[in-house]
This record gives sequence, C-alpha cells and structure tokens, in this order.
Amino acid sequence: MPFLTENQEQIEATGALVLASGEVYFGRGNGATGTAIAEVCFNTAITGYQEILTDPSYASQMVVFTFPHIGNVGANDQDQEESSVNAEKAARGAIFRGTITPPSNWRAVDHFDAWLTKKGIVGLSGVDTRSITRLIREKGMVNGIIAHISPDETVSIADLKAELAGFAGMEGADLAKVVGPDAQYAHAEQNWKWDSGFTALESGDFHVVVLDFGVKKNILRNLSEVGARCTVLPGNATAEDVLALKPDGVVLSNGPGDPAATGVYAVPEIQKLIASDLPILGICLGHQMLALALGAKTMKMAQGHHGANHPVKDLSTGKVEIVSMNHGFTVDPATLPEGVEQSHVSLFDGTNSGLRVAGKPIISVQHHPEASPGPQDSFYLFRRFADLMSAHGAKESA
Amino acid sequence: MPKRTDIESILVIGAGPIVIGQACEFDYSGVQAIKALKSEGYRVILVNSNPATIMTDPDLADATYIEPITPAFVEKIIEKERPDAILPTMGGQTALNCALDLENAGILEKYGVEMIGAKAEAINKAEDRKLFREAMDKIGLENPRAVIIGAPEIYNEEGRIVDYDRITGLKMAMDAIEEVGLPAIIRPAFTLGGTGGGIANNREEYEQYVRSGLAMSPVAQVLIDESLLGWKEYEMEVVRDKADNCIIICSIENIDPMGVHTGDSVTVAPALTLSDREYQVMRNASIAVLREIGVETGGSNVQFAVNPADGRVVVIEMNPRVSRSSALASKATGFPIAKIAAKLAVGYTLDELDNDITGVTPASFEPTIDYVVTKIPRFDFEKYKGADDSLTTSMKSVGEAMAIGRTFQESLQKALRSMETGLDGLNEIDIPGLGQDDDRNVLKAAVAKRSKDRIRTIAQALRSGLSVEEVHEASHYDLWFLRQFNEIVETEAKLMSDGLPIDAEGWTYLKSMGFADSRIAYLTNSSETEIRRKRHEAGVFPVFKRIDTCAAEFAAKTPYLYSTYEQPLFGQTEAECEAEVSDRKKVIILGGGPNRIGQGIEFDYCCCHAAFAMDDLGIESIMVNCNPETVSTDYDTSDRLYFEPLTGETVLEIIRKEMSKGELLGVIVQFGGQTPLKLASMLAEEGIPILGTSPESIDLAEDRERFTKILDDIGLKQAPSAIARSEEEVIAAAEKIGYPLMLRPSYVLGGRAMEVVRDEDDLKRYVRDAVNVSGDQPLLCDRYLADAIEVDVDALCDGKDVHIAGVMEHIEEAGVHSGDSACSLPPYTLPVSTISQLEAQAAELAMALDVRGLINIQFAVKGDDIFVLEANPRASRTVPFVAKAVAAPIAAIAAKVMAGVPLASFELAERAKPRRVAVKEAVFPFARFQGVDPVLGPEMRSTGEVMGWDDDFGAAFLKTQIAAGVDLPTKGRVFVSVKDSDKPGVLKAVKRLEEIGLTICATSGTASYLKEAGVNVERVNKVAEGSRHIVDMITDGEIHLVFNTTEGAQSMKDSQSIRETVLKQRVPYFTTLAASRAAVKAIDALLTRPLEVRSLQS
Repeated sequence: MPFLTENQEQIEATGALVLASGEVYFGRGNGATGTAIAEVCFNTAITGYQEILTDPSYASQMVVFTFPHIGNVGANDQDQEESSVNAEKAARGAIFRGTITPPSNWRAVDHFDAWLTKKGIVGLSGVDTRSITRLIREKGMVNGIIAHISPDETVSIADLKAELAGFAGMEGADLAKVVGPDAQYAHAEQNWKWDSGFTALESGDFHVVVLDFGVKKNILRNLSEVGARCTVLPGNATAEDVLALKPDGVVLSNGPGDPAATGVYAVPEIQKLIASDLPILGICLGHQMLALALGAKTMKMAQGHHGANHPVKDLSTGKVEIVSMNHGFTVDPATLPEGVEQSHVSLFDGTNSGLRVAGKPIISVQHHPEASPGPQDSFYLFRRFADLMSAHGAKESA
Repeated sequence: MPKRTDIESILVIGAGPIVIGQACEFDYSGVQAIKALKSEGYRVILVNSNPATIMTDPDLADATYIEPITPAFVEKIIEKERPDAILPTMGGQTALNCALDLENAGILEKYGVEMIGAKAEAINKAEDRKLFREAMDKIGLENPRAVIIGAPEIYNEEGRIVDYDRITGLKMAMDAIEEVGLPAIIRPAFTLGGTGGGIANNREEYEQYVRSGLAMSPVAQVLIDESLLGWKEYEMEVVRDKADNCIIICSIENIDPMGVHTGDSVTVAPALTLSDREYQVMRNASIAVLREIGVETGGSNVQFAVNPADGRVVVIEMNPRVSRSSALASKATGFPIAKIAAKLAVGYTLDELDNDITGVTPASFEPTIDYVVTKIPRFDFEKYKGADDSLTTSMKSVGEAMAIGRTFQESLQKALRSMETGLDGLNEIDIPGLGQDDDRNVLKAAVAKRSKDRIRTIAQALRSGLSVEEVHEASHYDLWFLRQFNEIVETEAKLMSDGLPIDAEGWTYLKSMGFADSRIAYLTNSSETEIRRKRHEAGVFPVFKRIDTCAAEFAAKTPYLYSTYEQPLFGQTEAECEAEVSDRKKVIILGGGPNRIGQGIEFDYCCCHAAFAMDDLGIESIMVNCNPETVSTDYDTSDRLYFEPLTGETVLEIIRKEMSKGELLGVIVQFGGQTPLKLASMLAEEGIPILGTSPESIDLAEDRERFTKILDDIGLKQAPSAIARSEEEVIAAAEKIGYPLMLRPSYVLGGRAMEVVRDEDDLKRYVRDAVNVSGDQPLLCDRYLADAIEVDVDALCDGKDVHIAGVMEHIEEAGVHSGDSACSLPPYTLPVSTISQLEAQAAELAMALDVRGLINIQFAVKGDDIFVLEANPRASRTVPFVAKAVAAPIAAIAAKVMAGVPLASFELAERAKPRRVAVKEAVFPFARFQGVDPVLGPEMRSTGEVMGWDDDFGAAFLKTQIAAGVDLPTKGRVFVSVKDSDKPGVLKAVKRLEEIGLTICATSGTASYLKEAGVNVERVNKVAEGSRHIVDMITDGEIHLVFNTTEGAQSMKDSQSIRETVLKQRVPYFTTLAASRAAVKAIDALLTRPLEVRSLQS
C-alpha cells in the first residue's frame, strides 16, 4: 500500500512532498520514481518549463511551478539548456498543480512525463502549488523531499523525514563543480529562429573564453549571435589557462549554489582576470563571484528571485527591461568597494542586479540576458560586451 | 520623468452608444482614465453621448458633455473649454476616428490642442491597411499574402476629398481575385469590429463582402487577405511608455482558430499551447510593432496568426488604443491597463507608477498568473430573425462573460455557466441530421461549422463517438483543448455509470474540474440541493484565491477573488483560502452578468452606484459579477470583488464565506437586472436577508394575477388582459379581449418572444412556433392599445415616502418595446394634468407594492385613460438616463434607502429636477445583420442608447439622431409610405417638409392621399409594380429620408426590401408615425439655430 503517515494512516497516493518545516502534500507521482531531496523554490514563468528544468543553476533544487498547466507543449530536443554532460542532471524535482497532458506543439517529440522520467526528475502533480509558493514567500526557501512511488510500494512519511534530515542544504555548497564540465569544449551555435532553428556561426569576430560553472547553453548561443566563438573551460580553470587561449573577452557563467563556496577557488582567478584588463561579462553566479573578487559580499535571500517577469532598471540609460531571474543569493550593495557601482537594480525589491567598475571593461548582471526562458529585452548586454571587446581590441592593436 | 506640467486640461472622448464591437469596456477604460487624470490634478473634460455610463456621472469629470461624438460637436466643446490636450485612446474606434477627423480638418491645430496617448500619424499607420503592411515589411515581420483595394478619391473644386468611386473599387477587387485566391478574408479599413467584412468562399461572396466593405469603410479601402483559416490566433496586450519601456500585460489565445472574429471567439489567457521560444518571437514582434507604428504611450493590442504545422507567425493587425481585449487582460491579470495608459499619456514612465494590487511593486513588470481565464462571447441571434448565425470575421456577439479557474477545465465550465443561457457546463446539444447512416460525416460537418455553440457541439460529437483527432481535422481546434473537452466528457460518462464520489477526494476531483452541483445532479438524476448537501457532508467547499498579478510571489492587498477547489494540505480539513473576510458590516451586490439584448450597461451602472453608496455609509461593499467589460468588475469599485458566475451555487458559497465573520446586512438583487433577480427566491428560502424591496413584492409585481388584484384594490386600470396556460385558453382569451393582441411569456426580460398578433391565424402561428405555453410557463395576453402613448416612470420609495424621479414619454407608440423606444424627459406632448395623474398613480403603486428602493412603472395613455402596463420594483434600464436628466444619483440614493436611510433625508423634491429636455434614443445593430427586418416591435433589439440634451424637444431629439449616426437631411427627397391610420397624422409633418424644400414622393396609396390634401407629390412604383421602383431609387441614392409605417403581415413583408435597402444605404428612416413627426421637429431645429453644447455641470 502507498504512503504510511506518522499516525499509521494509509494514504492512497503515488506522490508526496515533505517539507523540512513539517508540511506534507500528497498527489500524483510523475516522471522518475524514487525520492529526491533538494531545496524547494518556485518559478512564476508561464512558458519555458523545459528550459527551467535543464538550467544547471537549478542543481540540487526542486521547482514548484506556479502556473498550473505545465507540459502542454511536451518536450523537444531544442529547448535544453545544459551545455555539458555533467549538467544533464540539474533540477531534482518538479511540482505542478495540473495534470500533465499529452503534447500539442509542432516541435514536440516527447510527452513531458516521459521526458521527466528520462531526465530522472521526480515529479508531483495535483497539489496546491499556490499554497506552497505562499509558504516559501512567508518562511523563505525550505528543503524538501519528494517521492514518486509505484502502487505496490509502501513508503512511510517518517522515513522520508529522516532521509530529509540528513540533507545539508545549499549554503556552503559548491554545486558548480558538480554541473560544470570536466574538460574544455568549443561552441559556435547561434540563437534559435523559427524558420532555420539553430544556425552555426561561420567565422566570428571575437574569441571568448567562458568559465562554465553550469552555463546555460543560451548564453553561449547569444555570444555566438554577436559574433563570438566560444571556448568553454571548467569553472576551476586558472587565469593562466584562460589567458593562454588569448581570448578577446571572458565570460563568467551562471551556475548553482553558494557563490562563497565556489568562490573559494574561482575568486582568486577572477581577480587575476580583472587585473588583466580583458573585457569580462559576469552573469548570475558569475556576477556574484565577480562581486566577491572586487571585494563586495553576497548574502542568502529569503525567497530568492525565480521568474520571467522581473523588472530591472539599467541605471545608465534609465530604461526598464523585463528579465528572467533565478537566484537565491544576492550581492550586498552596501559592501561595494570604491570604484564599483551598481549598474542595474531590481525594481521589485531594489536588490542589486548589475555592477560596473570604474576604468575597467566589465559588465556584470544578476539576471539572465540570455533569457530562455523569458523575455529577450536584455540581449543588448551581449552587444555591449561585443562593443567592449571591439574597443579593447582596437586599443591593443593601437 | 514626472507628469507634464505644460498641460492643464484634457478632453477625453468616450465611445458613444453600446453597439456590437464597442460595449461597456470603454466605460471601464474611460472611468479609469478620468479618475487617473483627475487624481493628477488635471481638469478633465468628457464628451460621450451615452448616458448609461458611469463616466458621464457629473461628479467624475470636471465638465461632462453628453453630446454627439462628431467632429462638429467636439469642435464646439473645444471652442468652449479650450483644453490643452485631447486623449482619443479610451473611446474605441469612435474616439479614434473622431480625433483623426479633427486633426485632418485642422481643428486641433486651430485651437492648439495636442493629441496625447496616440499621435495622428500612429493611428493612421496602424489603421490604414496599406501603411500598416509597409510598416511590418520594414521591421521584417510577415503579413498574410494580400491585396489592398482603395477606391479612387473624388475631389471637389477646392481639391478636398468629397467621396470615393466605390464602383471602380469593386472592379479593381474583382480583377485582383486571382492574385489572392479563394477563400479570402475581406477586411475594411477604419471600421469597428470588422463591420462590412467577411470570409468569401466563392466569387459571389467575394463580390458581396468587397461591396459592403467598401461601403462601410470611411476611406473606401479594403484589405483582401489570403485565408489563414485554421491557423492558431493570438493576441498580445502591450503597454509602452515614452521612455520606450514596453511590457506585455497578457497573452490571449483564441480557442476558435482563425476565421472567427476575436470578439466572437472563445479565448483563454494566458496562451496555453506555445513554447517559450514561440512566445518570445511573438513578444518581440509585438513590441517591434508598437515601436514602428509609433504608439508612444499607452496600451495597444497586436494580433497574430500562427501556423500550427510549422510555427510560422504572421501579424494580422493592431489597435493603437485600449480595446475590448485590454479590458479582458486587465480583469484577467489585475493590471489596470486604462488607468496606467492614462498616466503614461501625461508623461509618467512605468517605473514611476505603482502596482495597486500588491502596493509594493512598480507597474513596470509583466503580470504573471497562476490560474486560467476563459472568455465566452454571448450571442442573441434569436432576436434577429433572418440573420446569418454563422460566425465570421465581422463581429456578431453582443456581450461576453469571463471566468477564472485554477485549471482550464474549471475556468471553461465556470465560463459556460456565466453566460446566462441556462448552461451548467458542456450541456448536451442536438446535432441535427444524425441517425441517417452517415453520422460520422454529419458530426464532422457540425464541428466544422463556425457556430456560436461550437464547443458544446464538439463535446456532443465526442460523446457521439468522434475521436479527438477526427474533431481536430474537421475543426482545426488545437488538440490540447480538444483533449481537455474530452476529459470532461469522459468524466461525465464515468459519473453517470459509477455514481457520486465516495469521499472528499473524489468530490474535490470533480469540483476542481469545474463541474457545477447542478451538472452533477443532472448526470446522476439528483437535485442540485441534494448534491450540495452531500458535498457539504463530505466537507468539500470552495476556497477563494486572489488575483494578484504575480502568482503569489508578493502579498496582495487587494481582495480581488475567485473560487476554486483544492486538495487540502495533509492533516487539514480545508484547503488554503485567501478570502480574509472582514468583521465589518457588509452588503453583497449581485451584478448583471454578460451584456445581452435587454440587459446591458444600465444595470452595471446601478450596481456600481450601490457600491459607491455603501462606501458612503461606511458599509463594506462586496461585488459579484462575471462581465469583464464592466466598471463593476474593476477592483477599486467595491471593497471586495468576487469574479464569479452568478449562479445559486457560487453565490451561496460566497455568502457562506462572507457570513463567517462580520455582519451581512443583506444582498442587493434589484440592481443587476434579471440575472440576480432570479436568484432572489432561492436566497430568501435559504434565509439570506435581501436588502430593499422583498422578493415577495418583486414576485407580486411579476405575477399577473396577483398584480391585477393589487391594481384593482387601489383603483388603477389595466388594458383588458388574460393569462393562458394552454393553446385553447389563448384562443379563448383572444376572443374575449379582441385583436390586436399583445402576447408575452411571463418572466422574461427585454420582451423575448413578445409579439403583437392581429388575427387568429397569426395567433396560432405564434403559439405553434414562438413559445411553449404550459402550466409552468403561462402566456400573458393583453389588448394591444393601438396608438396609445407609452410612459415610463421611475420612482424611489422607502415605504413611507415616494419620490418620482422621472416621467418619460415614449416617442414610439405603445407596442414598441420600451427599450427600443425613444423617450423624452420631461414628456413633450402630454398635458400637465396627465403627468400629475401618472405621478400620483406611480406613487400609489409604489406604496401598495411596499417598495424599498427603486420601481419602474410603464403606463399607456390613450386619450384621458391611463393604463398600467407593468411595474418592476427594481432598477430599470432608464435609471442612468433619469439620473443624468434630473441631475441626481438616484441609483445610489435607492441603495441607501435600501440600507435604511430615509428618503426624506435626500431632499430630492427640491434638487432633482429636469433642467432641460433630455431625449433618449435607442441604437440598433441591423446594419450588421443583413436580412433582418428593422421594423420596431415588442421584442427588444437595440444594443444601446444615446442621449440628447437641449432646451427644447426638437433640438434634443436632433442630437440623439446625430449621436446615433443618423444624418437628417434639409434638402433632397423624402419617401413617405404609411398605413391608412397614420395618413392624417403624417400630413402636417409632410407639409412642413415640403415648406422646407424637400421633394415628397410616395407610392400610390399614400401619394393619392397626400395629393388630395394639397401636397405636391411624386408617385413612385412599389417594388411589385416593377422598375424603376422605390428600392431602385434608394439604391441609387435618390432618397434622403424615409417614413414607412406598416400594418399586417403582408404589408410588412412587401415593404421589407425598402427597409433593408435604406439600412444598406444608410438613409435615415422612421418606422413609426410618432418618430417621423419627431424627425420633422428635429429637421426644423436643424434649420432654426446652430446647436449649442452645454456641460452637465454648468
């Protein structure tokens, strides 16, 4: 028989979510069977569930989708955000309000439920996702265990709780190491277009080295879109490794986990790269570690930012862009050293969303200019980065 | 960038009367805009001819002009008020076109008025089919393959365009037929709701739509599109500020594929069948469109078609203004588009404005939602006999309802119940032609037809064994939606075979799919009450969630709620509910549901006033309604808003929740028309207090026999009448009362199936075809009072005092539905003594019915006799008109009276008096429904109304005609053809026209009468007499005014082609004697002095 509660009540359900704060939700199990332990966060995006679940930044997290119907357009081979083999396992769990339906979309190749199974993501549907979201809003992100069991199994909630109690949590976790690549690789594929799909960058004006802390593939595609061939290195590569490739610019990628933990080895290298005066673009985790390298501090947020509708203001132009956000740590603007200024701020809560450094060709943003999913308003940042590389190149050759 | 300080006063243009394609959404947007601009300290001037709107309430704008929305009148207002700016984006196509005309005529420049919100150039670029296509080409967006046909311009000596050569235009279109191919879609430029256009499957239809499209387009231009039938259709609601910040408020997906006007399509928000990549392609494109078109600030909507086979996206069109879709998007997300657009128009940027719903975040973000919204259009084809009821690119629906659910299925089933068409969900529907060995093809043909009941037809076809794939092939509905319908159908079948759920989880499962208790009862042969009892026993109740613009990411302070069913957290008995009911004294106001003929904006006006009144009294106002177009469903109209269907089940659950804390003083059911009224007795039975007049009294007035007794008791007269419960009784009654006989089923609003029959054959036809007469549904038979004058009286009563708010003399005689009749306040022909008698009788009746609040009484005056036609102890359609005419908020006062405030405290006798003559005129959608006879009768068919306000009746009536788009002539030829009894009456009017200089022409009968009476008259052929006959002359533009009254079925039929032709040619026509005479008074007024404009506040 299915679930056995702590007072020995049997619950006919194939899925359950148990939170560290004690709440238990029963529903239908989806995707992979078994259990998954992770930090529970929510995402308010309506479209782009496949991109979200393949975003390596969600490593060791499970995502509560606030929009009830997830899976409508199935899954396809194009909307994958992982960029290396290690990143294939990103989000651990996925929680939905509605039932997963058969796909209806011209690009669909897979039923979303089958895709979840293939990806090893444990799913739960039929629960009040809004109440979980409100709980996270009130109490902050919590850890949880999600279980999908077969009908002939019996699993006790007490065991699930015990299993969850052993989970260390995200703070201090160097997850970038887990989802980053083992070796260097190259990338020259451009953005998706409806009539031609992904096209290859022919020659390219720039050569960029990307430090992969769990990079979203669309960052690489956007770089190619502005004419940059990418050489991607593991996140623990040294500044010397980077400089040896003679890049026109360096990108510090997004990634999961605590910037302080990954920063232990990355920050010193980033400091050297800053000193090299090469143009640098930092995104998300990369942005946070760049801030650490510049001498600022980061801190854990109560509920984090996870959505595709966030307003960010570019302080240099005064313009508002609607962006994708996915972060649980933030740069504390009070700790910015002399010469480092905020370039962007979140209009939702005033938290930092970008930095600039006096006299340095550095762009750094907390949000996701590569979108995927989400609005593409911030694409200009890749152009800005390309302009910095052009200017830098001109200076070098002068 | 803060607001502009270089402008101080702003003229807002309203949308005029409610017509198909332009309904109360523009009251909603106008009200938001005016409030927003006033709160910024601007002086706001408003012009709108529609008195039934909240926006024309005198305390809203600083200067309110209830005047026709034409360039000439608006120029007069500009001359008088000298506004610094004009805001044309809140009043639909009417306002946009009027503003463009003012710009083109140089009037804005002359008075130094700046157009804000949208510049003339942007409007032109968006609305002109050719410029729009060029703009799309420029930014690399694809358009459908198409040709544009513009009829050559005709210039006068001064080089101004005076007309277009539409005959040549048609020839050009016929030559282009190969280029675009058939089927093709014809879209006229600058018309509202696609008027004049359509889908042409063959050469004949092609010619027909090009002809009507060129005629309806003010610039004689049509776009002929490649047909994208079957493609998916989407809309994006975009807001842009002057700093070029662009946000998408909402995406909307049409469940009906391309080929059905978006206003007639069932739509969902957000889009449900797009991947993020496709969505972002559309998002980028819609922002690019706004930038290229040059919409500097405000809201716009952009429509796309997507090929389901390969994702090819083409741009269909855009509206550079707020629209019906933006009202829907606002209600669907909680983001007040019109309010924000108004603030952006005066210089703010999005990041400077707050999101009212959260109170903590700015307006510069994209709302995200965690529920599904479904909108279903409401049609009233049964009112328009002869109209083509297939759906096409020209809009035909008269209203819409919206519903919110956590899942699509829940929101769909709630939306179906919100329609007020008697549905509980996907109710069974007859598919004709089954059982003849060709069922599969019959079913496929049925689901392929673009009809108003298509979703139910699809459900029925699925029930009848068609597969989801087969339905998809025939209908092109997206598979995702079809599978959702199928799941509902399968669950219904399971419920029928397995019976009711056995536990709370099973109940929750059913309820969260959106099944109504009544639907479950039907499927399990039970009663709704029984199902409700069992569900409650199982502990299954709805919870209420908030519409918060952000999917719960931030706390919402605005109680904008919808109901849903959720599985509770383990260990808890109830799922999470966010109602947060207050402990205040409270009143629940039940709204009017979707607009339809007979029930429109007037009732929403009253409900809003009830909310305002409760606010004044310090009582919490709680609104329940499901019409997304309205002001009542704006989150700041009431203290709390439940966006819910007005069914017994939902209303009881809301009451249960609201009664859990605080004190419910009562429910107001008398303000929302028939919709809430029909819930009154059920609420009373449940012991829920009803505020104001008791359900018992309401019933008393509706029940013919009891009502007659009351009238007898107080000595008031009724026309001879009887009640019949069978066909035999009807015929017996007819013999007793005599012909002509007015017949109507009891308990109907807007005169549905009401008819005047003139002989026994006619009577038998009516009983056979038009109604079911039975014990439950008795038929009311009244002597038809030929040529009597009908009078409406609206009064307030608190059980102690009565105040007569307004006495309205109808212009059309008794027998024409009061909603379709023009009327004058004060009366324009009745003697003072009659008026006093009417007032006294109304007061007596109000007291006898023990009214607490409003009552409307209809009288017929024939000579010295006064007959009571009917009494409605509730808010009537005329309340807002009366309020404007007498300058008193009578709806709000009535609500306060209902809450116990004595009538005497308002000192109405002193302050609420008509200061000038106010005339109300109805407007009709006949131009949209070819083949429908426009002759007026007892069944209401008007969609809206206009008001004319002036010092005398002639001028006031003239203004109503201008406002309704009727261009009365002062020269040319008038055609007169009246029934015998009208001949003496029309003579004086005709002589006056002759004096003025019009040529009189008539067919033989009328001609010889007029000739004998000394009128110089041209005799013309009847149609039956052969060419050249009167219809030829009308077609060729030789007739400029038509008076045509008829009697009897045959003469009605003979003259129908005349009325059809005048409609097509837009010739002013009058089908009653009284209206014809009023028209002559109006023409007189046109000649005597220039018309003046005056604000309500002056």
